[in-house]
Parts: sequence; C-alpha cells; structure tokens
Amino acid sequence: MSDSVVSISGLSKTFAKADITALDDISLEIGQREFVSLIGPSGCGKSTLLRAVGDIVEPTAGSVEVNGKPARRARLDGDYGIVFQAPVLYDWRTVAKNIALPLEMLGWDRARRVARVKEMVELVDLAGFEDHHPWQLSGGMQQRVSIARAFSFSPALLLMDEPFGALDEMTRERLNLELLRLWLETESTVIFVTHSISEAVFLSTRVVVMSARPGRVSAIVPIDLPQPRMAATREEARFFELVTEVREALHAGGADLA
Amino acid sequence: MTATALSRRAQDWLPAALVFAFGLVAWQWLLPDVVHVQRFLLPRFSAVMSTFWIERSSLFAAGWFTFKEALGGFVLGCSTAFIGALVLARWKPLGRAVLPYAIAANAIPIIAFAPITNAWFGLLSPWSKIVISAVLCFFPVLVNTLRGLTSVRPESLELMRSYAASEAQIFRRVRIPTSLPFVFTALKVACVLSMIGAVVGDYFGGSTTALGVQIQSSVALSRYETAWAAILVASILGIALYGSVALAERLVVGWHPSTREHRE
Amino acid sequence: MSTIAATIAGRAKAAAATRSALSRGGVLALVLAALWGLWEGYRWLWIATGWGWPFAVDDITMPHLHAIVAQLFEPSRTGGPLLISVLFHSAVFTAKEAVVGFAVGASVGFLLGVAISQFRVLQRGLMPYVVASQTIPILAIAPMVVVGLGNMQVAGWTPAPWLRVAVIAAYLTFFPVTVNTIRGLQSADPRALELMHSYAAGRWAVLWKLRVPSAMPYLFSAFKVSATASVVGAIIGEAPSSIPDGLGGAIINFNQYYALAPESLWATNLVAAALGITFFLVALGVERVAVRRAPEHLA
Repeated sequence: MSDSVVSISGLSKTFAKADITALDDISLEIGQREFVSLIGPSGCGKSTLLRAVGDIVEPTAGSVEVNGKPARRARLDGDYGIVFQAPVLYDWRTVAKNIALPLEMLGWDRARRVARVKEMVELVDLAGFEDHHPWQLSGGMQQRVSIARAFSFSPALLLMDEPFGALDEMTRERLNLELLRLWLETESTVIFVTHSISEAVFLSTRVVVMSARPGRVSAIVPIDLPQPRMAATREEARFFELVTEVREALHAGGADLA
Repeated sequence: MTATALSRRAQDWLPAALVFAFGLVAWQWLLPDVVHVQRFLLPRFSAVMSTFWIERSSLFAAGWFTFKEALGGFVLGCSTAFIGALVLARWKPLGRAVLPYAIAANAIPIIAFAPITNAWFGLLSPWSKIVISAVLCFFPVLVNTLRGLTSVRPESLELMRSYAASEAQIFRRVRIPTSLPFVFTALKVACVLSMIGAVVGDYFGGSTTALGVQIQSSVALSRYETAWAAILVASILGIALYGSVALAERLVVGWHPSTREHRE
Repeated sequence: MSTIAATIAGRAKAAAATRSALSRGGVLALVLAALWGLWEGYRWLWIATGWGWPFAVDDITMPHLHAIVAQLFEPSRTGGPLLISVLFHSAVFTAKEAVVGFAVGASVGFLLGVAISQFRVLQRGLMPYVVASQTIPILAIAPMVVVGLGNMQVAGWTPAPWLRVAVIAAYLTFFPVTVNTIRGLQSADPRALELMHSYAAGRWAVLWKLRVPSAMPYLFSAFKVSATASVVGAIIGEAPSSIPDGLGGAIINFNQYYALAPESLWATNLVAAALGITFFLVALGVERVAVRRAPEHLA
C-alpha cells in the first residue's frame, strides 16, 4: 500500500530477561489521516507496539515503516509526536516554552516558534496560561499542554499512550472532543492506546483489538460513525452497537487465556 | 497587610524572639552568676562583644583572609564535582560503579588530611586550605549532582528520543535542569563545609593572619573572649555564604514548586 | 514438581548472588587498582617532567603507596611496637570517644526532636536556631570546648580528656538527628493519622505507633551522617589540645616528623579514613536491618 503512513509487518518483541513475548508477529497498515486505537487487556503489548512504532523499543523481529522510511529514520526526521499518560512537562519551563520545546529542537526560528505556540495555545484553549508553570495547572490542563506540544510541529504521526488514563471521566470526555477537533483541523494520523472501550469507539476510525500473552491482533473493528463527532454521538444507537462489538471482540480474545 | 495578619506574624516569631532574648540573658547573667560557668568555658556576652568591637579590624582581616580560602575551595571543589558528575552521568556504567565509592569517600575524615596539604603547599600558603576545602566540598556535590542528573523519569528521555535529541541536548534541556534542586541542596552543605575546611584546617597549622590560627592561639593564651569573638566572625561569614547560596537557589530554581522536597 | 522448580529457582538465585558478589569484588579491585595507578602515574609524570604546579612531587610530598602500607608494618620507634598496632590502639581510643559521643548526641537529639515536634511553642522558639546552626562552622568551637572543659572543676572532678572530646562528637551528632527526627515525625501519612484519629488514639499512641515508626528512615539516614561526623569530631577534638592517645593526637605527632617520615602521617590518615568508613558502614548496615521492616509498619 503506497498511501500507508505506517506499515508494520511481522513485528515481534520478546523481553529475554523476563522471558515474555510481548508482541507476536503483528502486521498492520495505517493510512493517511486515520485515527487508530489499540485496545486490549493489560500486558497485551499495546504500549510496546506503540513504542516499537516510535523507535523507542527495538523489535526482536519484523519491521516498521513510517512514510516509507524505517522507524529510526522517521524518528531522526522528527516525524513523531508523543503523548504519554503522565504529561511529562518540564517544571522549569512555562506552558509556552514547554509547547515550544520540539520546535526548538527542530531549529525553528524565534518568530515562527512564537506564532505557532500562540496558535496551539488557542487550539487547546489555554490562552492566558502561557506564562504559568506546569505545577500551577490542573491535571487536565497539563495534559492539554502535552497534547499541544505533540501537535505543535505537525508531525506525520501522533503516538498517544493512554493520554487520558489518569483523568476523571468529565475531563476525559471534554478532552476527547478537543482531541478530535485537533485531529480534524491538523489532518494528522494518530495511534492511540487506551483501556476504555467507549473512548476507543468514540475517537477512532478503526479499533485494533489485541489479546495478551503473546500480544496479537485478535480483531479489527472499523468505526463508521460520521464525522465530526459530538457529545451526542455517545448516545446514538450505532455507537452502542460498536461498543458491544469491540467488547465482544475483547472477550473473544481474552477467552484464549482461560 | 492587615492587623490580624500582622499579629499572627508576631505570634509566629514571638517564641523565637523570646528564646533569643532569654539566650542573651542566660549568656550574660544566668550562666556566669547563677550557674557559675567560668570564663574559660563561656565568657560573658558583654565581654565577647566588647572584645569583638575592640579587635574588630584584626578579626575581620583574619576573617576575610579565611573567607577567601573558603570561597576558593568552594568554587574549586563544587565546579570539579559538577563536571565529574556530568562525566559519570554520561557514561552510566562508570557512574554506577563509582557512586558507592563516592558515598563511602564522604565518610573519610578529610579535614584530618590538612597537615598533608600543609606539607604540599607550605604552611603559610592559602592553597593548603583551599585544597582541603575543595576536597570537603567535592564528594557531597558529586553524589547529589549525579543523583539529580540520573533521576530523570524515563518518559522524559523517551520524549527527547522521539525528537531525535543528541546526548548533549538531553543534558542541556532535561538532565541539568532536573538536577538543579539537588545541586543547590549540595551547595548549601558544601558552603558550610568550605568554611569548616578553612577554619579547622588552621588547627593543624597555618598563617597567623588566618582566623583558625587566631582562635587556637587565643585559646592557648587564655584569651577566651577573643576566641569566641573570632567564632562569631566565622559564623557571620558562614551565614553570609549560606545566605548567598540560598538566594542564588531562589533565583535559579524559582520555577521549582517546592524546593523543600529535595532537601536531604 | 513444584519442589524441583523451587530448587532450580533457589539455585539460580544463589548463582545470581554469587555472581553479583564476584562482580562487586571485581569492581572493588578495579577501583583500588585505578586509584593506585592514578597515584603512581601522577607521581611518575610530575617527577619525570619536574613540574612544580600545583606542588612539587617527591618522596616527601607523595610517598609510594607501597611505602605507606609497608610503614604500617615497621616499628613505630626503635625497639617499639609496630606502627599498625600503635595506630590500632589510637583508633580504638578515638572510636570510644566517637561512640560515646554518638550515643549521647543521638539520644539527646532524638528526644529534643520529639519534644519540638510535640509542642508548637518549642517548634516556633527553637526550630529557627536548630536550622541556623546548620549554616555555621560548628566544628570550629572544638578547641574552646575541649580546653574549657579541661579547666572545669565540679566538686573536684575534671572530665577526662576523652570525655571532653566525646562532647564534641556528641555535639556534631546532635543536630542532624534532631532535624531529621522532626522531619520524620511530620512525615507520617495523613491518611494513617486520620485512621488513628478514628480509633480515638491518644497523643502518645499516635506518637509511638505511627509517628516514630514513620520517622525511622529519616532517623537512620541522619545516623549515617552523624556516625561520620562523630569520628570527625573526635579527631578534631583531640588535635588542638594535643590529647596524645587517639588518632588526632597521632596526626599532630607524626606531622612534626613529616619531613623525616611522611609515610607515618599518611599511614595514620589511612587508618583515620578506614575508621570513618567503618562507622559509616556500621550505620548503613544497621539501617538496612532496621528500616527493612519499617514499611510494613506503615502499611
């Protein structure tokens, strides 16, 4: 497939020390402007898969290509934006400077950085907080900063590892909507790891269901909910059908364990 | 500030002020007149103060001489330790191997090596005290800086990795800023140690213009008031040095939510 | 089958322990060899080039390391006992001062810490001075205390020299212990405090069953600092008043003959270093044993 942003083939990862097969022969194609969620029980290797795509962990076998380049090349070219469960902001930098960090690393000049940071701050609704330090913000606001930082340099691919896992339900749903808006506006491609079925269905164009030990792809559920999605989308009948479908796929995958 | 806030503040400081006043009264009258603590153990407050005033120029000349030694040792020891910590943090296996030895080296009574630095640089050379002070400062700063440089959370490094950051960039943008609260904790310890190195190093011999030598010879000549006045000078200089480091900490690590958490 | 698995796991564990002990020993040997190499290499280079900066190197300023070690096994004076046995007795004398000082200083420091943390008035009144005491070179008063106490007479009794030095060691031990006791007693988990409150536990029950156990890690970390400080206090206490029986006295003594036999002073400092490290390792070992159980108390 020539229009794939991410092309994973035969990817395996074993941790020799702990004797664990985290990923076993995973193949997956992700197209331009897709929003793909990885969901599965703990220990199914979804975070490891994300990190293998981002060239943070080295696969034992198989390959990952991003925009037709090996993952390492893509990383060196600055193709990735990453968001972790913890915001991972630097306490010594203000909100604006945290967002500007990747831009500095990419060598953007000052004027361009300032303009982009202003744009991002408005996109994630943090105007007025530019000069605050991270510890002066709530958990939800901190995560918005880290999302703005990830989107700031328009990376080819966004990798999100349970970014809303530590937030309360209300904040989470609001940030889900914001993320979708950002995704639509920036025309980016996202891989999103989550524990929450409804979150996966609400956000994604495709949900990849994984099973544990060894980590495998057990099902892929396309999500045909119309765009743009809104709060009301969560109350549609089709939404519940898809949630049920993903839940059943998860249980079918989990049944292998018993 | 409102009147209630003012009175609350007064309440906060009242006990400390009372203790201070009581301490002075005890020093001046209670200890010598009631408990009969003799002059060779602790001379009267007024006697120490008048000696301090009479001999102020020679005391502060000695203090300044010793303070320069302490400052030299502090700068030399801390900067060497900081560079050493950077090297050890850069080559992690080396750092892991060396760290326990650096901690153990901290348990060596380094000040007892003062006679040897006297033999190296000469009894009267300020370098003998500078080097002892530097070595005293070296190990706490090395150990704390190394801890700070390596206490970066893994996601932080993964993030920098995703930006294809070089080691130098990771140090500049993540490791060094993370380590600063640890560094200042160590610097505060080190500034006291540097004063100790310069003053106590003199007890093993040194220039007669030095504070430590004056303290020791005053004790030997039963001029106890002068000795205590000299201690007062050493304390004033010690507090001044500590205060400047604390001020620098506030300026440099002002971003930190609670610098207190990192104090040992 | 499970027993076989257990045996195999046990063996693997034992093998891993042996491996780590071996590698630790290897690192120790490596570090010692590196130190030796640095010393002798520096010596050789400076002597060969004749560099005078920062100081001129010769057999007096930097004796061979093997000469220093060999000196330990030479008679301390003609016909006298071996230097190592003299220094051993000095080290025991200094250790006695340090141990007594440490015990007194740690007890007083702990009790004062408990008192300060229990009474707000004391906290407000004394804490600023306890903190300020950390910023001044306290060790500098050693000569005054040792000489002053030597002039003292209480009902015809003058404290023995070693006891006067122990006062210095106690003094240096006291401050870190007090500061960390207060910090540790305040570190108790607020939820655990609420739990104790729900049991209607009294002030003393909260103190002994919750606060003191929570303070243990802080206390032992202070002990490590204090153990080292007590040795420094003992050596420095001896030096200015020339109490001859301990390591501080030995340092003063051999310092006078440095030009003739520098190895003796170096050897004495080596023993002093060993004493300091021994005190630290003992404090570390006690901490490992004592604090290992502490987290369970907290749970």
